[in-house]
Amino acid sequence: MSDPMRIRAQVQGSGAVVRVLMSHEMETGLRKDAAGATVPAWHITEVVAALNGKTVMTAQWGTAIAKNPFTQFTVKGAKSGDKISISWTDSRGDKRTDEVVVA
Amino acid sequence: MKISTLAACALVLAACSTAPGPQQLEQATEVALKASFRDQGIAKVERLNQDEAQKVCSEETPPSDAVATRIEAAQLATIQWPADGVYVGDWREGEKLAQNGRGMTWSDAAGAPSGGNCYNCHRISKAEISFGTIGPSLVQYGKMRGVADVADPASSAVIKYTWGKLWNSKATNACSGMPRFGHQGVLSPAQIRDLMALLLDPKSPVNAQ
Amino acid sequence: MSCGLAWRAVLAFGLGAAFALPVLGQKSTADGINQYRALLADGNPAELWEAKGEALWKQKRGPNNASLEACDLGKGPGVAKGAFVELPRFFADTGKVQDLESRLLSCLQTLQGFDAAAIAATPFGRGEQLTLEALVAFVAAESRGLRFKLPQGHAEERKMLEVGRRLFFFRAGPYDFSCASCHGEDGKRIRLQDLPNLTKNPGDGIGFAAWPAYRVSSGELWGMQRRLNDCFRQQRFPYPGYASEVTVALGVYMGVKSEGAASIAPSIKR
Repeated sequence: MSDPMRIRAQVQGSGAVVRVLMSHEMETGLRKDAAGATVPAWHITEVVAALNGKTVMTAQWGTAIAKNPFTQFTVKGAKSGDKISISWTDSRGDKRTDEVVVA
Repeated sequence: MKISTLAACALVLAACSTAPGPQQLEQATEVALKASFRDQGIAKVERLNQDEAQKVCSEETPPSDAVATRIEAAQLATIQWPADGVYVGDWREGEKLAQNGRGMTWSDAAGAPSGGNCYNCHRISKAEISFGTIGPSLVQYGKMRGVADVADPASSAVIKYTWGKLWNSKATNACSGMPRFGHQGVLSPAQIRDLMALLLDPKSPVNAQ
Repeated sequence: MSCGLAWRAVLAFGLGAAFALPVLGQKSTADGINQYRALLADGNPAELWEAKGEALWKQKRGPNNASLEACDLGKGPGVAKGAFVELPRFFADTGKVQDLESRLLSCLQTLQGFDAAAIAATPFGRGEQLTLEALVAFVAAESRGLRFKLPQGHAEERKMLEVGRRLFFFRAGPYDFSCASCHGEDGKRIRLQDLPNLTKNPGDGIGFAAWPAYRVSSGELWGMQRRLNDCFRQQRFPYPGYASEVTVALGVYMGVKSEGAASIAPSIKR
């Protein structure tokens, strides 16, 4: 069971700025542990952002994305009180969705 | 030394009513050190036993000139000069050593060679921009001291001074922040020769750039 | 949320300072890296530890199945806000001066029934050390923007300041290093890492006021205990016990010296 994301969504101009902090190890599959064995790859592969249930952004992530990744984007037309949800899927098939109300 | 009960009570009362004096604080510090550290890997608690050079330089204020001079003389006597008279080695190996900060920590293997850690504190070659400023810049070190040929007798004073600095920096500056690489067994004579080349060989990037 | 606003103010100040550079010629390498670090500060993964720590503070755990909501960090039982900037300090119930991590160990044992000595002996990043990481992040965050003011009213607190001072200048080991070797002067750096002068207040959010912190290079949250541990390792000293007297005394020295500095902990580091 993964740790919750920290999401902040604030109205800015005609939309909202969304900031997301995800908790994930994001192993590239290139690292070796202290014993010399390769640590297997385990990272987020897809991110979906939705505004009031409608998808506004999808992202395909690979090994270049950092551990505990931080993402920021703007959503046009988002208003105070709207619901923003962020979902991720990782290479093991684990999923997580967290929601926040636009401030 | 036996203290009578009455005197002991007086001491306790005195300690309660006044702040601890310097001697008591020294003692408290020693007690804290002993209780707080343990051996780990190659880093043993014996490392906390200070020699005189470490002790006199452990105050907030530097020692007097007289004490500093005495320490410097004692440290000078520890310098081991190259047995075969060869002071200068390979600057390419020297540059690798200067970049290498490994060795002597509890996470290092016993017997593994150490690096010189030099770029942590010094600017050395002009090309390397990731340098520290704890020690002075060594850019053009040999050139600025007129070393055109390390074999020239005219350069021998600079050569000896530099070897001495690398072997035991406290011989020329009692409270130098620089480790005593030869004296403390951090670097071997062969490694020091290569650092000498980095600093003094006219073809080294230190002098040639 | 005043903590969040204060944090943003410090960040904005940092970014502002980074951008207010002379236009002539190139930025120095060190300035460029500092600007990059300031930009990194948004979305600090330390927030993940803060959230976890807040949950652990309230959760019933351990053999006693109790929460930490009665834990006294110096401002009364359960008061986390403002406690961080007054630690280390003397505690009457244990009869000693304690830093945050030492005090959390006391509470984990006394309130929840955990074995403090076993947790202290656990390597960093494992087992209940992870609990401490989260709690340290949470408690520090509750003092974000507040200024350090360690109490010195008790004789033990004053004694620890003096012991800490002696330890700060104590040269030993094969490199002859003391804390002062790196942290005793203004304007120095190791490679491209600026070194705060810890013999005085080095400024808001710097030095003692910047730890605990999230270290990007290893993706780990380091408390002051871990930071001191790695300092001693690099000084070529032997191993300092977790929350041992030396570590607490040094915390008193650094904390008293940085009086007035605003804390930004948990911050973000390379």
